[in-house]
Amino acid sequence: MKTENKIKKSGLGARASRRISNTIIYIVLIAITLTWLFPFFGILMESFKVNEKGMDGELFPEVWGFDNYIRLFKETDFLKWFINTALMGIATAVFQTFFVLSMSYTLSRLRFKARKPLMNLMLILGMFPGFLTMILIYKVFSEAGLTMEMAPVGLVIVYCASSGMGYYISKGFFDTIPKTLDEAARVDGATRMQVFYKVIMPLSGSIVIYTILMGFMAPWGDFMLASYIIHENSAGMSVAVGMFEWLSKTMLNTNYTMFCAAGVIVAIPVTAVFLALQKYYVEGVTGGAVKG
Amino acid sequence: MKKLTDLEYLKLNKFQVLLYNLKRFFCAIPGWFVNMILAIGRFFARCGIAIKDEFVDIGTTFIKGNWAVKTSFFIFGFGNLFYGQIARGLLFLLFEIVFIGYMLVPSGGIYWLSKGNWFQNGATVGTVQGGFTYDPIFDTDVWVPGDDSVKVMLYGLLTIIFIFAFIYTWRLQVKQCRICMDITAQGKKIKSSKDDLKSLVDDQFHKTLLALPVIGILLFTVLPIIYMILVAFTSYDAAHDGYSNLFSWVGLDNFNDLLDFGNGGLGLAFGEILSWTLMWAFFATFTNYFLGMFVAMMINKKGIKLKKFWRTALVMTIAIPQFVSLLYVSKLFDSSGIIGELLGKIPAIKNYLNTNHYFSLWDSPAVARALVIIINIWVGIPYVMLQATGILMNIPADLYESSRVDGASPFQQYVKITLPYMLFVTGPSLLTSFVSNLNNFNVIYLLSGGNPINTQIGSAGGVSVGHTDLLITWLYKMALGSAESKYYTASVIGILIFVVCAVLSLIIYNVIPSTKNEEDFQ
Repeated sequence: MKTENKIKKSGLGARASRRISNTIIYIVLIAITLTWLFPFFGILMESFKVNEKGMDGELFPEVWGFDNYIRLFKETDFLKWFINTALMGIATAVFQTFFVLSMSYTLSRLRFKARKPLMNLMLILGMFPGFLTMILIYKVFSEAGLTMEMAPVGLVIVYCASSGMGYYISKGFFDTIPKTLDEAARVDGATRMQVFYKVIMPLSGSIVIYTILMGFMAPWGDFMLASYIIHENSAGMSVAVGMFEWLSKTMLNTNYTMFCAAGVIVAIPVTAVFLALQKYYVEGVTGGAVKG
Repeated sequence: MKKLTDLEYLKLNKFQVLLYNLKRFFCAIPGWFVNMILAIGRFFARCGIAIKDEFVDIGTTFIKGNWAVKTSFFIFGFGNLFYGQIARGLLFLLFEIVFIGYMLVPSGGIYWLSKGNWFQNGATVGTVQGGFTYDPIFDTDVWVPGDDSVKVMLYGLLTIIFIFAFIYTWRLQVKQCRICMDITAQGKKIKSSKDDLKSLVDDQFHKTLLALPVIGILLFTVLPIIYMILVAFTSYDAAHDGYSNLFSWVGLDNFNDLLDFGNGGLGLAFGEILSWTLMWAFFATFTNYFLGMFVAMMINKKGIKLKKFWRTALVMTIAIPQFVSLLYVSKLFDSSGIIGELLGKIPAIKNYLNTNHYFSLWDSPAVARALVIIINIWVGIPYVMLQATGILMNIPADLYESSRVDGASPFQQYVKITLPYMLFVTGPSLLTSFVSNLNNFNVIYLLSGGNPINTQIGSAGGVSVGHTDLLITWLYKMALGSAESKYYTASVIGILIFVVCAVLSLIIYNVIPSTKNEEDFQ
């Protein structure tokens, strides 16, 4: 009996049940997509509101207009913050890529005595909350004049200096490149450095772009370290720290719609870069994360 | 406990198997601890042997070495110079001169070390307190700077590191000198400086590549962390900032204070926050993990079209900086936010808020906790979805095919094939995401700011304790959020976060099989 049932199921019935389950999946996926995109739509709508009421609990604006955007550039230092953050993003992308790639390549392809101890050390260091290093770094930076207006420089140093510790994903990528390639090149008389930049690097485009992307996005998202180094100095602010203050309880009502307008402006370039390079990001995460 | 043989094990029914496995898991725990202690013991024993060997080696080097080797015990690089490695020899010599010069000059190494009163309970860090004295020229009190405790501690620490570097270099050049002697005795040629430079792009290429990243880590992570650990034993806060008021060594007082559950201690607050932090990390990690996997499976299912579109829609949320999206979402649920207002109209919720005198959803501890977990799902699913997609595609399709022929339902396929495979491959990253969730500052701070405030505890150590505060946000508030800026409490919390992470990682590393062998996947 049982086998008969199965045969029946895999005939016409199976197709029907698959159609039903696929329909359910489509409905769920559409629901998920709407939920995930809703906040962006909301922010966009909020930014076109022309009123001084602040949060009014309505999705669509009563009166449409660009007032928030105009206010943003006329009345605040937003442009300055934006340029600060963009420059920080570019600088961080350059240096961090260099640091992360040298660290991960070395740990993945080269064998030397200090390799395991170094990896263990970084694992242990990673368990301390990074924020605490700020107690000393802030003090030293303020002596050296790298806080307040000069905070962007100080922050780039902070983002890049220890970035070698985030080697996991790109090491995972390098691990997947067959070792025979190195050996073949070595037999042909290449030095280890030549193997690095003539053999492996040309194969590693996706992970290089992934690392650049991560470096570029770091300053846009960081609030914790930035707020400490910047110390409420408007000239040196990044968008994250500057905009956070607009939503404090006293300023919330006047600045809420302007915050959303600024959010749209911040989101556009980052999202554009991200979507353009999405392929590499996906490759990086799926390839490298497998090994954690 | 008795281990069953395979035959006996197969005879058990499902419930007994579960019971048996659980029992075995818990019976193994004492074994782990014994193993851990043994491992630590072995580590120290190995260290002891290594140190002994080192001393024996130094001794024999001195006895058997020729006069050049013997001289290089006192003059750095002498042996290298003697055997013709000019560049190396000069570098060693320069290092020795700089070190001795630094230690001896006024306000050099010895000066800073002597100022520190290192670890003497009650003694100040630095010896001269700055103060106002009358100045006849300006006819007013002027500030006469004394020592700066921060600087004393920092320079003292640097000096100690420098001393270690000195000992290491001394040992290195003695060893090299002896190797030179041995090589010459065998009649071979010694490496020239040119060979040294060449090997930096070849055999020693790792040194070239690692130099900058490792220096960066030493200066910006290792040094600050050691400094932070030292701060935990002092009274460094806004009132004792080291410059206007010296701070002093207090021994274990700060630790006692944090673990003191009586009146005035921080123990209660700490316990409350720690338990929520663990709860949060658990739920945040596993809700994301399983839901993200389901989304990935739905998108990956055969016959589903527009795969790329669904993925892109989710991935978009990674691109937009968290502070924009999270701050907006947190306002959505506020009393006058779109969703908050909508939910507030539902009678049951309205009643709940009114009877408890809550102004918005964020004011209720239970709802706030649930909300941060739910919104974190929104944040985290795209990452997990991407990861899972790659892994799901790697599962051999014939496994599903043959199991289907054998009559397995989709649910059975999931439990027996997909889940074990996923767990095996993503085990390590599950651990990393658990640890990073313990320290997930952004989500909590931007969404709820740690609020609502825990009225039973109120404020502890000058900082209010919230129901959704994690250890990391509490630490942030300790250091930045109050006028007192208790750096010492922040440091102690930091050390305890480390302990929590380390213990959890050790346990999980021991339980998950896939973490054990790094080369397995290669």
